[in-house]
Formats: sequence, C-alpha cells, structure tokens
Amino acid sequence: MSTVVLLLFTGVGLGAIYFLVASGLSLIYGLMHVLNFAHGVFLSLGAFLGFEVASRLGASTWTGFAASLLVGALAGAVFAALTERVLVQRLYERHIEQVLVTVGLGLGAVALFDGIWGTDPRFISGPAWMSRTTHILGANVPNDRFVAILVATLVLVGMVLFLQRTRYGMIIRAGVENRAMVTALGIDVRTAFTLVFTIGGIAAGLGGVLASHYFGYVSPLLGQTLLIFAFIVTVIGGLGSLTGAAVASLLVALLQQFANYYLWGTGDLAVVVLLAVVLLTRPSGLMGRRA
Amino acid sequence: MTSTQPRGDVAVDGAPAGDPVLRVRGLSAHVAGQQVVEHVDLDVAPVGVTALLGRNGVGKTSTIKAVLGLIGRSGTVELDGADLVHLPTHQIVQRGVGYVPEDREVFSGLTVTDNLRLAERRGSRHRYDLVYDLFPELQERGAQAAGTLSGGQQQMVSLARALLNDNQVLLVDEPTKGLAPRLVQEVSRVLARAAQVAPILLVEQNLQVVRDLAQHAVVLTDGRSVHHGPAADFLADDALTQRLLGVHAEGGGEPTDGGSGHTGEERA
Amino acid sequence: MSTSTDASAGRRAWVGRLLPLGLVVLLACLPLLDLNLPGVLPGPTYTPGTLHLLALAMVMAALALSYHLLLGVAGLLSFGHALYFGFGAYLLGIVMTELELALVPSVVVVLLAGAVFSTLLGAISLRVTGIPFAMVTLAFAQAGSVLVRRDPGRVTGGEEGMRLPTEHVPDALVGVADTRNLYWLALAALVLAFGLTTWVQRSRAGHVAEAVRENELRVRVLGMRPFLVKLAIFVAASVIAIGMGMVHLLLNSGAVPHIVSAEFTISLLLMVVIGGVGSRWGAVGGAVLYVLLNQRLTVLAQAEWVHDLPAVLRIPLSEPMFILGTLFVLVVMFLPGGLAGTVTRLRGRRRSGGGPEEGAARLEEMDDDEQDQTVGAARP
Ligand SMILES: Nc1ncnc2c1ncn2[C@@H]1O[C@H](COP(=O)(O)OP(=O)(O)OP(=O)(O)O)[C@@H](O)[C@H]1O
Ligand SMILES: [Mg+2]
Repeated sequence: MSTVVLLLFTGVGLGAIYFLVASGLSLIYGLMHVLNFAHGVFLSLGAFLGFEVASRLGASTWTGFAASLLVGALAGAVFAALTERVLVQRLYERHIEQVLVTVGLGLGAVALFDGIWGTDPRFISGPAWMSRTTHILGANVPNDRFVAILVATLVLVGMVLFLQRTRYGMIIRAGVENRAMVTALGIDVRTAFTLVFTIGGIAAGLGGVLASHYFGYVSPLLGQTLLIFAFIVTVIGGLGSLTGAAVASLLVALLQQFANYYLWGTGDLAVVVLLAVVLLTRPSGLMGRRA
Repeated sequence: MTSTQPRGDVAVDGAPAGDPVLRVRGLSAHVAGQQVVEHVDLDVAPVGVTALLGRNGVGKTSTIKAVLGLIGRSGTVELDGADLVHLPTHQIVQRGVGYVPEDREVFSGLTVTDNLRLAERRGSRHRYDLVYDLFPELQERGAQAAGTLSGGQQQMVSLARALLNDNQVLLVDEPTKGLAPRLVQEVSRVLARAAQVAPILLVEQNLQVVRDLAQHAVVLTDGRSVHHGPAADFLADDALTQRLLGVHAEGGGEPTDGGSGHTGEERA
Repeated sequence: MSTSTDASAGRRAWVGRLLPLGLVVLLACLPLLDLNLPGVLPGPTYTPGTLHLLALAMVMAALALSYHLLLGVAGLLSFGHALYFGFGAYLLGIVMTELELALVPSVVVVLLAGAVFSTLLGAISLRVTGIPFAMVTLAFAQAGSVLVRRDPGRVTGGEEGMRLPTEHVPDALVGVADTRNLYWLALAALVLAFGLTTWVQRSRAGHVAEAVRENELRVRVLGMRPFLVKLAIFVAASVIAIGMGMVHLLLNSGAVPHIVSAEFTISLLLMVVIGGVGSRWGAVGGAVLYVLLNQRLTVLAQAEWVHDLPAVLRIPLSEPMFILGTLFVLVVMFLPGGLAGTVTRLRGRRRSGGGPEEGAARLEEMDDDEQDQTVGAARP
C-alpha cells in the first residue's frame, strides 16, 4: 500500500514536469504545426540559469529557490520568444523547414551548454524541506514532488484562464482550430505565434528548474531527454489539446513509474507500447481532433 | 470611402459605369501546386450586388480566396485604387474587406459571443446593434458554443462576423448552401440590407437569390472570367445560362446537375 | 532541335555516366596511392587512419542515401532511422556470438529479421503522417536506445558498447592492418546502396511515392494505396540502413549505443539537408562533408591555439556540434536546396527529374498543412 502511494505521488510529480514541457509543445504544434525540437533547450537553459542564480543567492534558502524559478521562467520565455522571432518566423508557413531550424538550434545549443557547463551532471539541492519527506498513508513522499505538482497546477490554471479569458487566448484557441480564418478576420496571427512560444518557454523554464530538483541534477541533455517523453505525451494526448497534454502527462508518468517498479524497470518501454496502442486504436490521440 | 472621381480606365465589357470598388485583373492562383484560377478579370460595382457565377469546381471560391491572399496568387487586385496583391491577408481584411466563407467556418470551440468579439476589427465601428437586429437569435445564444449551432445558425454567425465591421466590400461565398427554403429567404433579406451599406461580391448557385439581389454578373468557366454584364440580362438568356452554368435559369433556378447539394435540406 | 545540341546533350549523358565510374575507380585505387590533401585528410591516402575515415564517410554516405529514400523520395521525416542502423550492427554481433554462426549466414539472418522488424514498425508508424510520424519514429528509436543501454541478457554491452566477435569474422576483415579491405568493403557497400536507391526510386513504388508526396489525394483518387507504397519505401530504406549498420560494426570492430540514438538520426538529417533534399549526389556529398568536417572540427577543438582563446571564442570553437548545428541552421534558412540545389543553380539549368528549387519545394510538399486548413494558408 505504501509503495503504491509513493509511486502515485512520484508519478504525478513526474507527470507535472512532463506537462510543463508538453503543454507548450502541444500549443505550438496546434497553432503553428511546428514540432519544436528546441523546446528541450528552453528547459535546460531554465534549469542551468536557475541553478546559477540559486547557488549565488544560497541554494538552501527559499529565496534562492524562488529566484531560480523566476529566472528559469524568464530565461525560457526570452529564449523562446527570440527563437520564434529570429528563426521560426523568417520561415513563415514553411513548416518542415521550421522544424529543421529548431532541430539545428537544439543540437547547437546542447553543444554550447556542454562547453559552458560541462557534460557531467551537476548535482543540486534546494531548501532542506524539499529534500525531506512527508508521511502520507504509510509512505514517505519526497517534498519536491509536491512543489512540482503545485507549480504545474498553477501553470495549468494560468494557461486555461489565459486561453479562456483574454483576447489573445481567444485568438490562440481560434487559431488552433482554423488559423487561416483567423487571418481572414483581419488578425495578425504572427503575434499569437510569438506568444505561444513565449508561454511554452515559461512553462519549460519552470519545468527545467523543477526537473533539476526532481532528478537531483542538471545536465545539458536533461531537456532533450525529457523532450522525447513530452513528444510521446503530446501524441498520446492529441496534438494541440491542452487537456490532452495534462491527461496524457499523468498517464505516461504513472505508467512509467508503476512499470518500472512492478515490471522489472520496463517503464520506458511500457510508454512506447502505450504509444503504439494509442496509434493503432486512435491515431489522432486521446483528445485530438484530426484523424 | 468610394472615390467619385472617374479614373477613365476602360471598363471591362459590360461592366457597370462608375469606378469599381474592387478591380481584379489577370488574377491567377494555385493550390497545392495546381493552378485553380487562371487570368480572371472582374469588377465589383461600387453599389449593389455583383454575382460571381459558374459551374461547380470552376474556381469561384478560389478566386475569392485569391483576392484575400488566402492562397498563393499573382495579378492585380485593387481595392478602391490601391493594390492589395502584395499584402498579407490580415492587412487586406483590415482595409475593409468582409468575408463570409463557403462553409461558414465558425470557430466551433468558441461561443457565439467570442466568435463575434474575435471579428471586431481595429479602427472600425462594431455594429452590434445592426447584427443583433438582423439576427436576434445570436444574442439569445451568445453563450452557446458555435459548433453546437445548427447549420443555419452558423451561417448567421458567419454573416454577423462580416457585417459587424464597416466594410468597403463584402465577399460572400454561397451563403445559402444547404439551407432550408425559409432560411434561404432570410439570408437573401439580410444580404439585401447589407448591400445598402457596402457593395457585395456574391457567389451563389441559387439563381432565384441571384435574381432577387444581383444587379451585375460575372461568369467563370475553367478558371477564367468569360461574361460580364447586367445580371437580369444574363439570367433572361436561357441559352447563355444553359451554356455557361449548365442550368435553366427559368423555372426555379435550381441547378440541373444535382451535385451541388442545393435541394433545400439543412446541413448538419 | 539542331544536331549540334543533340551532340552536346549526348556528350553530357556520356560524361554523366563516365564520371561516377571514374570516381569509383579512383576511390578503389586510393589505398594504393600516396595522395595528400592537407587540411582535409589526416594523412596520406594509404595510411590506415585516413582509410578508416574515408571508409566511415562512405558508410555514412550509404546510410544518408537510405535516409534520402525516406525524406527525399517518400516525403517521410523520420527521427528514428538510427534504430535500423543500430539493429544491423548490434544484431549481427549478437547472432554471431549467440548462434555461433559465421559472418555470411549471420548477415542473411539479420537482413531477414530486419525486413520483418521494419515492416512491423513501419506499419504502425505509418498510421500517421507528417509531424506525428516524426514523433512516433522518434519514440520507437528511443525505446531501442533504452533497450541497448539497459543491456537485457548481457548481449549489447550497455553503455560500454559491444565488441565485434572477431572469431566469427574472416581474418581479412579484422584488425588495423586490414583497413584496406574494410575500405573496399565500404566502397562496395556505397556503390551497392547507390544502385539500390536508384533502383527503388525508378521502380513503380518510387514513382507512386513521388506522386503521393506531391498530391496524396490524387493518388488515392486513382485507386492506389499510398500506405503500401510508403511502407515499401520505408522497408527498403530500413533494410539498406541495416546493411550499413553491419558494415559499420566490422569497420569499427564494435558498436556503441550512440548509433541507435536520436542524435545519430539527426546527424543523418543534417547530411541530407545540407547536401540537398531529393538529390542522391546531395546525400552522398552532404554525408562526406559532414564526416570530414566533424573530424576536422574535433581536431580543431583540441588545437593548442584554441585553448588560449578567451572563453567566448574558445567554447563555441571547441564544440564541433555547435558549429555543425549553426551551419545547418544557416543552410536551412539561406540555402534552400542545399549543396545540390546550389550547384544546379550555379550551373543555371534544370536537370531532368529535379530543378534548382527542388529541395525547398520538396519540403513544402511534405507539409500536410495545406490540406488540413479549411481556408488555406496565408502567404505574405
Ligand atoms: N486543396 C486543393 N487541392 C487540390 N485541388 C483543389 C484544392 N482546392 C481546390 N481545388 C480545385 O480547384 C478547383 C476550383 O475549386 P473551387 O472551390 O474554387 O471551385 P468553386 O467554383 O468554388 O466550386 P463550388 O461551386 O463547388 O463551390 C476545383 O477543381 C478543385 O478541385
Ligand atoms: Mg465554392
């Protein structure tokens, strides 16, 4: 019983991190039909800069942790917005080339991070409370899981409010459905493009800081590794669907945790099998619109 | 603002006197690497309704999309004398082009109110009074998701999105497609009122509607424009309509080729 | 048409046929010659180091050709092609060790297993197209990569990699002294891959795939099944990749998990795009350029003078992948059509079966967006 509880919380915590990466990916794909291979870079950059700031302000203080979240989000946002404006937008409507450019950026940036921060993982620690555990239903759950879950929930709520309540949110929702018709109403949809990249960058940057606490280290490959699972999450959830991303994040993370524990460490394979099953039964994903 | 200054260029054969609000010359367009519009010339009269006619698949929708820049195109498209062909779609629309697409294309995930709010253009009045006067139902159903509306109601949303703003010209593509006869009349009545505010380029297969609304007609065959002239004259010439549209203009104006889906049933 | 243009066209056709033949003969003779290309090759052409590098370039060129079948011919953007390359390399070693078979029967077993394996995975992946296809292939390759690294049953060697079981390999193909033989093997593999690629492209499936890429709807209307055609091309490309994986195992006397990774597939993508999507010679040229450049940049990264530079210059210069990634981005943004497209543009004439703007156009065709969007896509 206590194992199940522990796996549940750990799984939901991991799902929270997946969601922070996958939500932006899914929105970007939904609106722009671009598969953003640089998304992992937003995450790694957020993690590294967050780590730098926290270690300067005191890694074990809450101020340091809060500052690392802030800087991580900011770094992700700025880098994502620049990526969109400088690289992606120049190739307006040439979707395959847009993907290729993000591939090149991902490759180059990881190499650059290797050069700056080294290829070896940097082990990190946060405020003492985060590395302690809380006793729930017989299980000792590490506290950083709760922080990840809390932040991801806030991001989800924030995204939903933004999409539902603001004009730009409305433009994004409409654009995911039918981008051409949005332009035919006289709206410059490119502003919305930069915006989804920025939002995706914020979420990924936050995800980077939280992932580095969840796994206990930062490395240049952290982002690209999580990115692959985020891709799987977005395909399973349905490209372009925020709800789909949230549901699939939890599903994938929980499956991974439980399979790792009960099925001899086959979590990653179980996830790929789930992907194959979803593709065979529902090629457009759990919540996808298009077949 | 339509200029009243005569510009003295030669009008297309049979086109109305007075400067056209929209002047299209040599328009070609391609979709997925395929030419779908070839060297189309057409004028939209500064007042009233100009009908754009032609058989199914001849390129009417593509012509309108090309005017809007929704598909790749070349040629000249002048709105009130200014060339639009190098502008992106949103800038063309901001200059006062209202668009009612062929299949309504309402945002099904957005509410009716949000569909209308999204259509509000900067630098234009937003004439909710007019829109809600024409379609009181839209006010009642404001909170309903547009995707759950009936076909006729969706068409109202689509029309309302265009009529909400001040337009120099309205491009309306088959507004009565798949509507019940009662709704066809309703749409016809709305368009007649809209035409008093801004000139309309109307694609319409229901020739009775064309007869009621249009003063001018342009006919396309094989992606080219072949006939320009007063709508009434064209419709009165049974041999001509038969040749260019494949329909008998007299006797109800229903297309004879049966494939256009204009048999009065409402689409889901 | 005048006789003189006929004659010059005829001469061009002859040159077009003789040039590759001459190139192959020259390459075949390289191990016997003492040629130096300072700055490009690490040493004279007969030295094992240089021969190994050239052989690697040729294996990668052959692999890039198989990727060209996917991307350039069938319009499939795969991020999982490394899976098949790694499959060939690892399975050959495993079959030789575990079944104690000699090299040739093992190769046959691996090719057969590979055909079944790629048909199965291809059939699942091809349920989606476009970008979702890219993601799915990536996921499958990731699973393969995880499997290889985890080393179930102690057969792959995990992170350390797998050693070539030399006892089952003919002596002529083992050891540094015999690099020449491996070089010739790689050359033969490249020629074979080029021939196979050309054959697939000119086959009925190749033509239909081309048509599918341009307009899937039309092909469907004609009553053909795009799925089967794409699957055929997918399997052909995978089997060639499996073959090259086996050559790579022999050439490097072992296999490492990197050859199954997503980064490895991405390097193939780089080669093909830099070379020019849709062109066989582009794929070959891109691969050779990539391998040589990568080697040169690695040497540069260790150079004395680079270490003395200030950090802003030292860090980027000592990361080959940073430079290659940047180069790739620049090619995508400013050199549509890659090297092949540029060469054609410079020659200023359209070759039959592919024009100068071909690469960019091919990428556009793959884009499923135009069919998806109901109104169509705006172009400013
Ligand atoms: N996405 C596309 N791919 C291929 N061909 C297309 C595409 N869109 C349109 N076409 C072709 O372009 C031609 C013109 O189409 P268009 O929709 O403009 O005709 P239309 O006159 O509006 O027809 P209808 O009266 O049925 O609405 C048709 O032959 C059509 O098949
Ligand atoms: Mg039409």
